[in-house]
Amino acid sequence: MSKERIKIAPEFFDIMPPEYQDLVNRATYGKEDRGWKDIGSAKELIEEHSLCAGCPESMAFRYILASLPNPEDTVMVGSTGCTSLVFPHVAVHNIHSLFGNQNAIASGLKRALTVRFPGRIKDVVVLAGDGATVDIGLDMTLQAWFRQEKFTTICFDNELYANTGGQESGLMQKGFVAKMAPVGKMFEKVRLPEIARESGCHYVVNCTVSKPSVVEKVIRNAVHVAREIGPTYLQLYTPCILEIGKNSMEGLQEMRDSEKPTERFAYKEYISEPAKQLLAEIAAKEKEKKAAAKEQLAAQA
Amino acid sequence: MNPYRVMPGPEHFLPPAAASMGIRLPNPGEGHINGVIVPEEKAYEEAARQFLMAKVPTIFPGPLVLWAWNEKAAKKATAIRHLYETLKECVTPQQHAMLIPMPDYRPKYPKINPEIEINPNHPNLTIWHNKIDCCMFVGVHCHQANLSLKIIRGGTSCYTIAMCAQAGHEDAMLSFRDASVEKIMKLAEWVRKLKGTVQVSQVVSKSGSSN
Ligand SMILES: Cc1ncc(C[n+]2csc(CCOP(=O)(O)OP(=O)(O)O)c2C)c(N)n1
Ligand code: SF4
Ligand SMILES: [Mg+2]
Repeated sequence: MSKERIKIAPEFFDIMPPEYQDLVNRATYGKEDRGWKDIGSAKELIEEHSLCAGCPESMAFRYILASLPNPEDTVMVGSTGCTSLVFPHVAVHNIHSLFGNQNAIASGLKRALTVRFPGRIKDVVVLAGDGATVDIGLDMTLQAWFRQEKFTTICFDNELYANTGGQESGLMQKGFVAKMAPVGKMFEKVRLPEIARESGCHYVVNCTVSKPSVVEKVIRNAVHVAREIGPTYLQLYTPCILEIGKNSMEGLQEMRDSEKPTERFAYKEYISEPAKQLLAEIAAKEKEKKAAAKEQLAAQA
Repeated sequence: MNPYRVMPGPEHFLPPAAASMGIRLPNPGEGHINGVIVPEEKAYEEAARQFLMAKVPTIFPGPLVLWAWNEKAAKKATAIRHLYETLKECVTPQQHAMLIPMPDYRPKYPKINPEIEINPNHPNLTIWHNKIDCCMFVGVHCHQANLSLKIIRGGTSCYTIAMCAQAGHEDAMLSFRDASVEKIMKLAEWVRKLKGTVQVSQVVSKSGSSN
């Protein structure tokens, strides 16, 4: 597994747009311990992404792409919304699905990949907005979990329909007034993380993307558990700064404010028993590997 | 009723798929010019002539040849670069041969840079920007090529050539089929053979050669 799989023909290297040259030359494919620390020296997403300046979704994208454990064998499934405008800029296979259908598409895709590539690890990761996950796509989201489909669902929760100008979503807070929802939300924010747990997800986390190390940890856990055991769900707060009236520098503070212990994005995690066992095994193996590397280093010195 | 011919546009906003107008694909050993089946040799000559006649003859290599995903693709890339270098040598200083990649089929937001790439969802932008009046698609998957060729025919006056690795493209003005390294090299030979024998097009339209 390496960059061999994504080589530009040498005759055309000079004419390829620079972002493709960068994504190939400076991506971290094949690097076992890739993670958020590669951000800055490696390349996961090009600079000219299409999100608003300072949108936390762009940070979330970078952290997630840098943390995928197996990017060359990962297929991401997106849905319509602000996120979908970013996918053309990433160097990971991805499919754009009809709004709301993402978990149905991912179910078929994961099964097909398992049949087509027996013995090879193929990860499927859904990444969609709250409107796609909780409103129009709720049926597909839940059915995939009921069926124990082995892929990860990530919801970028910005608590409204951002891409279409600010309509109310199931994940919006009660009482919130948006540009196209002037009356204010009349009922509570849907408790999807709890629903996910009850619907059969083996690993569920609700948090913000303020800390890259946390995003890395939950992404790796979610992908590993989905690969071996069953569905996993991450609900990540990526505030729409445009809709809540913040400027481009204020996204991070907004996330920090919302993750305080009494707030709605305080870190919450659910891990099923089999998932706990798996994660413990992975942690033990990593510890062993690190110890062996340390010993080797000491022997060389 | 006059039979339908696949001609340079601008035809109209949504030109019909040439297949729906009765244009059929060539058999092995044949090509088509404007929708009329011709022996392949004739297609080489006409493609070379169109390239040499154009002010901005351009090759658009697609993902199937831009990425060295197998040995065959790598060899085709070498042949296409050779064709481009030949074209550059054989045109006059008033002409400007270009090689512009189609690296992605995904629509790119907020915009593509039409100076350095072409995108199948709005190929007209690259054609307009660079005033391309003759182009050749190679290494572009069938569906994306057909989509693009139709958009180009609809909104520009650019002459389109398809160096197709499958059964040919009825939506191009000229199409080869079963493209191979040999066929691409042969087209380069034809360009060299016709060098200096073709007059550069004098057509100037109001908003640039590609309308
Ligand atoms: C089937 C379908 N219904 C409706 C739409 C219109 N639409 C586009 S984006 C969007 C809202 C997206 O909201 P969300 O999933 O929360 O993503 P965000 O833009 O907030 O990141 C809607 C309703 C569509 N594209 N397709
Ligand atoms: S509209 Fe909101 S969610 Fe969408 S890119 Fe802008 S800030 Fe981000
Ligand atoms: Mg949203």
